[in-house]
Amino acid sequence: MFRNNYDNDAVTFSPQGRIFQVEYAQEAVKQGSVVVGLVNKTHSVLVGLKRNAEELSSYQKKIIEVDSHMAVAIAGLASDARVLSNFMKQQSLSSKMTYGRPIPLDRIVTQIGDRAQTNTQHYGKRPYGVGLLVAGVDAAGPHLFEFQPSGLTHEMQACAIGARSQMARTYLERNLDKFDGCSRDELVTHGLRALKETLSQDKELTMENTSVGVVGLGTNGKMEAFKLYEGQDAVPLLEALEQADSAGAGEGESMEVDS
Amino acid sequence: MNHFPEAWGRPRDDVYGAYNSTYLQTSGPKAHTTSPAVTGTSVLGVKFKGGVVLATDNLASYGSLARFTDVKRLRVFGGKAVVGFGGDVSDMQYIDRLLESIDIRENYSSHGNMLNAKNLHTYLAKVFYKRRSEFNPLWNHILVAGFDADDQPFLSSADLLGTTFSSPHLATGFGAHLAVPILRRKFPDERGIETISREEAIEALKECLKVLFYRDARSLDKYSIAVITQEGIDLREDEQIEGQSWAFAETIRGYGSQTS
Repeated sequence: MFRNNYDNDAVTFSPQGRIFQVEYAQEAVKQGSVVVGLVNKTHSVLVGLKRNAEELSSYQKKIIEVDSHMAVAIAGLASDARVLSNFMKQQSLSSKMTYGRPIPLDRIVTQIGDRAQTNTQHYGKRPYGVGLLVAGVDAAGPHLFEFQPSGLTHEMQACAIGARSQMARTYLERNLDKFDGCSRDELVTHGLRALKETLSQDKELTMENTSVGVVGLGTNGKMEAFKLYEGQDAVPLLEALEQADSAGAGEGESMEVDS
Repeated sequence: MNHFPEAWGRPRDDVYGAYNSTYLQTSGPKAHTTSPAVTGTSVLGVKFKGGVVLATDNLASYGSLARFTDVKRLRVFGGKAVVGFGGDVSDMQYIDRLLESIDIRENYSSHGNMLNAKNLHTYLAKVFYKRRSEFNPLWNHILVAGFDADDQPFLSSADLLGTTFSSPHLATGFGAHLAVPILRRKFPDERGIETISREEAIEALKECLKVLFYRDARSLDKYSIAVITQEGIDLREDEQIEGQSWAFAETIRGYGSQTS
């Protein structure tokens, strides 16, 4: 029944120094549908692949706006993500109320990291079964953070979590040096292409299953509020991806499109 | 000698009679601060092209007694903003500790303290309002100077009720009556802060401090002045009002020995 004696709770180490409940929670993240995040000097982009439980149901939301300057993309248990994003919304609102400023990204990410960590050290609690990519802007510019059920958080230049996300990470690693110099729209295209890499043979990106979120600094250096592209709004972005890919293919290259 | 420690330091009963304990209130409503004790007087502030100047004198009065003459009433926050305190000095020290702990907390962030003067003013106004709503006010009137999120010079006031007020030039306490008219004459609204130079702003505040020293009985001729620009904060805490002339005092009638 049990895989071993050390996975009944999240407070007991195995003799190898592992906490199995935390590792299982990380498995839940791997089973969630993929989300990709990437950042350059001006913008932070989240891209997600939505799943529907059955043909007749709606698609599960993948990107949640926390505040006008910040959003999270989720992979794993959506209900756990809702708890975390509600907490983030509260914290963000309270920062705006007391200081009149959007909460700095590293601050709020540290807060959810601390919350998740306590779940790994108290008997009777369970870790969050969700991984997050937190994208946003603050006084120090655009940021992307990765959050894991263990409470670990990292600031990233690009990241992908969820099912088959390794393919997206490979794409991001290969094209990392192109992100900084590219425009907002090109960054979105890079994100969509990374997402496309993760799809199995019979799947493709459609306006129904694709979610894109962008937040960043406008040309005047002022904050450009978070914008979510779903459904009809996502169509132009998918067309841009298609165009860029076919232009690249015409030149005899499969990937290079922004030269 | 009376060997009972509880009697030490008290007037002797055999000399002065027993203490009348009805002076001690044992019932009735709980009373928080209903008046300040040791107080600072005016705080003055002016915006100029590219920055803000703030000035206070260095006096803390105990009622009408000039009790402490070296009290620094301008406090720097995070190297970016300055708060000038009027009113109760112990409440100023409490708020100063509050600001210190916020600065420390903010510096845990990898980008350091990113709160600007405007954020700080919003916060302090909320602290004042919370305390007055608990019927336990922090007895101060403050000016906050620095820059806002758009790097524009920022100057605003907050008082013990949580009331906020902003203007290109501000003064608290007696200064609100004596310095503001001078500043309004020197820097009328239609001039705009773009035409006011740093030197002009400093001179104007020195002039106001002098007038206040002449006419505000709770003021001092030693003062502090802080100039906040994008380059940083120039804080001088041991300045002396120069070029005093008390000749006008001879003509004043109506109080003291010259009532006629």
